[in-house]
Amino acid sequence: MNTLEIIKPENLVYGKPRLMNDNPMHYCPGCSHGVIHKLIAEVIEEMGMEEQTIGIAPVGCAVFAYNYLDIDWQEAAHGRAPALATAVKRLNPDKMVFTYQGDGDLAAIGTAETIHACNRGENIVIVFVNNAIYGMTGGQMAPTTLLGMSTATCPHGRNVELNGYPLKISDLLAQLDGTCLVTRQAVHTAAAVKKAKKMLRKAFENSMSHKGTSIVEFVSTCASGWKMSPDQSNKWMVENMFPKYPLGDLKDI
Amino acid sequence: MEDEVKLMKGNEAIAHAAIRYGADGYFGYPITPQSEIMETLMDEKPWETTGMVVLQAESEVSAINMVYGGAACGKRVMTSSSSPGISLKQEGISYMAGAELPALIVNVMRGGPGLGTIQPSQADYFQTVKGGGHGDYRLITLAPASVQEMADHVALGFDLAFKYNNPAMILADGVIGQMMEKVILPEQKPRKTEEEIRKEQPWATLGKTHGRKPNIITSLELDPAVMEQNNIRFQQKYNQIEENEVIYEELLCDDAEYLIVAFGSTARISQTTVELARKEGIKVGLFRPITLWPFPKKKLKAYSEKVKGILTVELNAGQMVEDVKLAVECKIPVNFYGRLGGIVPTPDEVLDELKKLL
Amino acid sequence: MKHEIIIAGFGGQGVLSMGKILAYSGLMEDKEVAWFPSYGPEQRGGTANVTVILSDDKISSPVLHRFDIAIILNQPSLEKFESRVKSGGILIYDGNGITAPPTRKDIRIFHIDAMNTAVNEGNAKAFNMIVLGGMLKIEPMVTMESVMKGLKKSLPERHHKLLPMNEKAILRGMEIIEEI
Repeated sequence: MNTLEIIKPENLVYGKPRLMNDNPMHYCPGCSHGVIHKLIAEVIEEMGMEEQTIGIAPVGCAVFAYNYLDIDWQEAAHGRAPALATAVKRLNPDKMVFTYQGDGDLAAIGTAETIHACNRGENIVIVFVNNAIYGMTGGQMAPTTLLGMSTATCPHGRNVELNGYPLKISDLLAQLDGTCLVTRQAVHTAAAVKKAKKMLRKAFENSMSHKGTSIVEFVSTCASGWKMSPDQSNKWMVENMFPKYPLGDLKDI
Repeated sequence: MEDEVKLMKGNEAIAHAAIRYGADGYFGYPITPQSEIMETLMDEKPWETTGMVVLQAESEVSAINMVYGGAACGKRVMTSSSSPGISLKQEGISYMAGAELPALIVNVMRGGPGLGTIQPSQADYFQTVKGGGHGDYRLITLAPASVQEMADHVALGFDLAFKYNNPAMILADGVIGQMMEKVILPEQKPRKTEEEIRKEQPWATLGKTHGRKPNIITSLELDPAVMEQNNIRFQQKYNQIEENEVIYEELLCDDAEYLIVAFGSTARISQTTVELARKEGIKVGLFRPITLWPFPKKKLKAYSEKVKGILTVELNAGQMVEDVKLAVECKIPVNFYGRLGGIVPTPDEVLDELKKLL
Repeated sequence: MKHEIIIAGFGGQGVLSMGKILAYSGLMEDKEVAWFPSYGPEQRGGTANVTVILSDDKISSPVLHRFDIAIILNQPSLEKFESRVKSGGILIYDGNGITAPPTRKDIRIFHIDAMNTAVNEGNAKAFNMIVLGGMLKIEPMVTMESVMKGLKKSLPERHHKLLPMNEKAILRGMEIIEEI
């Protein structure tokens, strides 16, 4: 087949979701954000909710998420996305509202907002990307950084005495009466992507049927921050992140 | 008559006026001396009547960010707090100014710094009109001096906020919040429908319908050239507000040889001082800025040609007096009298200070 | 006509609500009214006071230094406010808990045995209404009819059954107040 034949519609084997625009992404090669963005776009599209969806972007690597998905977006201050989402959903109960947050945003500076939105059972989806590091600010320690893992602000490795323990915030959120779904997923293999999408859809459906708060954690890589190749990153994630943050449903009611 | 004229606290008037304005949401966190605002709203249950959302947040930080979220949907949303809580809200206020979002914030001031005292104060003047949060922005600031104005400024604040897509603040203090006076509440207005909001606030994030482009509410712009243009646009807007929205009140100023300049509760106190002084034959008038920003500087400058001196009275160590001095360009003496830390002066005390100016 | 009144005592004595009922009574007569409380963490047992102004004209300052009438319900309040009654003004006090009675000669001083009366008649809660009645006897600034309307307005509906009891207490206060 020549190029012209390849791009014929009948030969299409893979297309990006309509909601994803052509803006070049600023994410590093190998980053998990792109795949997660795509899954969200697919789910919104498949649910036919693109006219009713409002996304809340975080501060962190995904700060520009609003440049890539053609829906209405609000950009929150660092950690405050669940507060914005609370108001958006309460003022517009028929809209589909989600936050997209990293580990620093959700589990450090925004811990209060996260816990209380979940505890009130806000009918929102929280997409939580956990790559155990602050990407955007240049690879500093996150609340989820593993013990011994070195970052710009724990260059000799995370140390319990100095930095405390990695925070398993999803486990904590699963304890709250307001959450209906807390699941931990990854997007490092095709099978994982498929599974993650299924749970993401469930989360969005929960929010529309007002079942409570749904949290979809994505254990992710940060090739740049971890100073590894994308391939090494995936391996490192499986070997080191998964034992601490095992994949699966923590709560699904 | 009995049904129209009500007796209530300034704080309660804010709550009732918000419901009647057709506000869409209130998000707050309790703090003395303004807790009656949320208490009244919760008691009134407006979600059962107008559909207004009322929510007690987990912190002032969260409350102001809920306001940001609601405002970004084009909704009429508000919060209220007192000084320490307002400090926590500065993050959200700056972000809203940067994202050009309209909202109403109420500060029933108490004495600081720090946890300070719960008694009345006007020590947040600088914080409110000179910045407070980071960045070059301005906050439309209204200073009510009566329970009636507490009610009236809710509509005025929302209207100005939406006219200019900028947050507005009602800057009251413990005296005005806690005192009860007669008040006539505005008529109940309906809340805006989603269609109305989509039309009047085309930037609102209510879902990307009718094939329009996505609406994105953000204060972030990494390109300094674009960010400079944004800032220039903000400044042009602020200039327009300064040109068009100055409000003040003059009492016995026509023949005045001296002026007392005061806002909010100290204006009420100084009103009695003026009455006492007039009885003694002192020709003094009261000039009361109602908008603290935009500040009535042109009008005050005009008075600098007419009067021999000004006494500025505040519940702080001398904050608005700086703007008064700037306005009159130091052409006439500007004295200051302030009480600190929650102490409220009496009219006699102010009269003694006035006499020092003569 | 203008009346500038301070009511001061312990929290829990009904100081603020007495002021509120007086303010509502003024409202019923279409007077200008202002009610400005001391506020704070003090609850039962702390000190509490409220300024009430009833006036035919617009009220300027709600914060006052001198008062036409001071209603004093404990010793600390007496010490704070005796000197702040205008010359020729009125001071009313309940003797209960007052160890050093007022001494000024240029004001009219009244004593009301409200607390003992309220307790003896098995109605300690109506104490503040007895005091209010006493004041209205000396200075009838609002009619009894307006007071009852004001009471009705300021009390939540579930307490309206208490209105007759309050009326009785007000009338009782009018009987027992005595000039010193």
